[in-house]
Amino acid sequence: MNHIEIDNNYCKGCQLCIAVCPQGVLEVSPLRNSKGYLMPRAARGEDCTGCMQCEMTCPDLAITVISDRTSKEADNA
Amino acid sequence: MHPLAEKMLRKSALPSIYCPGCGHGTVLNNFLRTVDKLGVYDNLALVGGIGCSGWTPVFIKADTIHTLHGRAVAVATGLKLAQPERKVVVFCGDGDCVAIGGNHFIHAARRNIDLTVIMLNNNIYGMTGGQVAPTTPYQARTQTSPRGNPEQPFDACELARAAGATYIARWTTAQPAQMAKSMREAMEHKGFSFVEVVVQCPTQAGRYMYGTGSAVDLYEMLKTNSVRLSKAGELSAEELTGKIVVGRLLQREDRPEFTEGVYGLCQAKGA
Amino acid sequence: MDSTIEIVQGNEACVRGALAAGCRFFAGYPITPATEIAELMALRLPECNGAFVQMEDELGSINAVVGAAWGGMKACTATTGPGFSLMQEGIGYAAMTETPCVIIDVQRGGPATGQPTMPSQQDVMQAKYGSHGDYEIIALCPSSVQESFELTVKAFNLAERFRVPVMVLSDEIVGHTREKLRIPAEVEVIPRNPPAAPPDEYKMYRPGPDGLLDGMPSVGQGYNILVESQAHGEDGNRKGNDIAASAKVIDHLCSKITDHAQELTDIVTLECDDAQTLVVAYGSVVRSAKNAVRQARAQGIKAGLVQLRILWPFADEALIGLADGVRKVVVPEMNVGKISREVQRVLGKYCEVVSLPALGGELHTPTKILKQLGS
Repeated sequence: MNHIEIDNNYCKGCQLCIAVCPQGVLEVSPLRNSKGYLMPRAARGEDCTGCMQCEMTCPDLAITVISDRTSKEADNA
Repeated sequence: MHPLAEKMLRKSALPSIYCPGCGHGTVLNNFLRTVDKLGVYDNLALVGGIGCSGWTPVFIKADTIHTLHGRAVAVATGLKLAQPERKVVVFCGDGDCVAIGGNHFIHAARRNIDLTVIMLNNNIYGMTGGQVAPTTPYQARTQTSPRGNPEQPFDACELARAAGATYIARWTTAQPAQMAKSMREAMEHKGFSFVEVVVQCPTQAGRYMYGTGSAVDLYEMLKTNSVRLSKAGELSAEELTGKIVVGRLLQREDRPEFTEGVYGLCQAKGA
Repeated sequence: MDSTIEIVQGNEACVRGALAAGCRFFAGYPITPATEIAELMALRLPECNGAFVQMEDELGSINAVVGAAWGGMKACTATTGPGFSLMQEGIGYAAMTETPCVIIDVQRGGPATGQPTMPSQQDVMQAKYGSHGDYEIIALCPSSVQESFELTVKAFNLAERFRVPVMVLSDEIVGHTREKLRIPAEVEVIPRNPPAAPPDEYKMYRPGPDGLLDGMPSVGQGYNILVESQAHGEDGNRKGNDIAASAKVIDHLCSKITDHAQELTDIVTLECDDAQTLVVAYGSVVRSAKNAVRQARAQGIKAGLVQLRILWPFADEALIGLADGVRKVVVPEMNVGKISREVQRVLGKYCEVVSLPALGGELHTPTKILKQLGS
């Protein structure tokens, strides 16, 4: 089972993670961080395949996928 | 915090100067992944120019030299000659690399000095507020081309090829895994490696040139306009207009590397 | 091992001095009358495992010098007027980042292409104020082949100690004249030292109690150095929009030199004890000035010579100390009178200061100077 962690301190609410997820796991939440940005959340975490697109795309390294896939598999995806 | 960020970011320099959704951050992200995968974190020297992209090495906890505008490749040349075994990586923007830094860039490629130059290309001068760059498309509107750009842009990869670079790749932020792989190949390659990454700039290029400040919209544009090298061969020049050809564009091993040449002279006879 | 004696030109003596001081990196560009320095470096550096690179221009040269310095090598470049102008932003970069390096300027007539094969001393103010911004540098002026060697060694040592770009202001006469050079068996060299503080305690730009920095770190020593061209704090991080922090770093860049003005005084006096007329000179003009002062003394004129071997920082205190009893100071120089204004600034309230310029590449004859020394 894959698990998504979002670091609110670094996220700038750009929503790229939401856009790149092929499974539609992520969505915008109503929660704002201390800087006022709207935070994403994993609404359908069970659909996460661990492809790591969100983690690789995030400009702020604010999203980490805790995955049962190895990083080698993700790189070769 | 992401484990790579925890390990490799210079926290005293954070928060970064990147706007929300800036493509530079994606390049930084994948550079850290590359460094980790290669196991070269303890052997790095990072050199950055001036501009948003030039800040990338400052945010990385390593030996970092932040240079003047356009001079990163020249500084890296001296550094590499002083420490030939060091993995020296240069981060520059399109203006930094091929405008003010153009002369140093073409000569470093000509020398085939073992450097990796990562040019973060947002087709504009971002830090100064959105002026025309040598990579800005023809007729595009920017702060210094308010009636449309009368200039034709460089293809920096073609410039690198003509100048003698021996590894050239181009990707956009829409291909992070491939970008990381090319960075890896570039750093492993012994010779002048050039990796161009086309990045979205929501604040300047997005708003002035493309009419949108949405990082997501600009990202989708990059993705849509990317054409793999293998496919590009099948398209006509017309079909390729406005497209970004991505892939490993060149790799050759037949040119002598500069630092080896310089230190090889120590064995040779003088005049 | 004894000292050796050779007949070489001043440009070669600079190269010998640089190598003796531990210089192992040269980046430069051919330009008359400095080209011999590049050619000799190209020949000699491979012999001591050093690196020579002819860069694509002088901008590349000075920046490569900075890069090599942070790579752990003692580094230098050599040029003249037009190249010196191109290097100014890089010199400012070296000043701001506190990079030790040496820039040899074999001065020729300017401005622009000027007089490629004629001497001048026209760059003396540019040496001090050439880059934009507030900063201080050190500049030395050899007047002979022997001094070309000695002052180049000194330039490297001062660069290490003060973590600053140091200029050697030679000129076409000193550069191309061949004279006897005695190379001593032992040369006093300040080595490239890493910081005394370990990485977890070290701060990039924190001065010690003497206002100077702790050693010079290199890439690859575990310090995670941050060399920053923007105004920065002690850890190197950007502080350009912080008034107090920016003021502090600029003050440090300047005071680390001006606070050591005494140590950075290097003058040679000739017959100054009871002098009523002083000649203040530097570089090739000293050669004629020495002769003029000796002729004056032979005629019973109480003249003396002050040779400035270090030009910047200016020897305010030393000159004031010599002003006792002096009525007139003559400043012969191969420019429109740039240093005479400094002498005026320092000694104007004590005595008359007379500027004696020579333009077009003319070297003052002893007679031209002697005429000013009359009783």
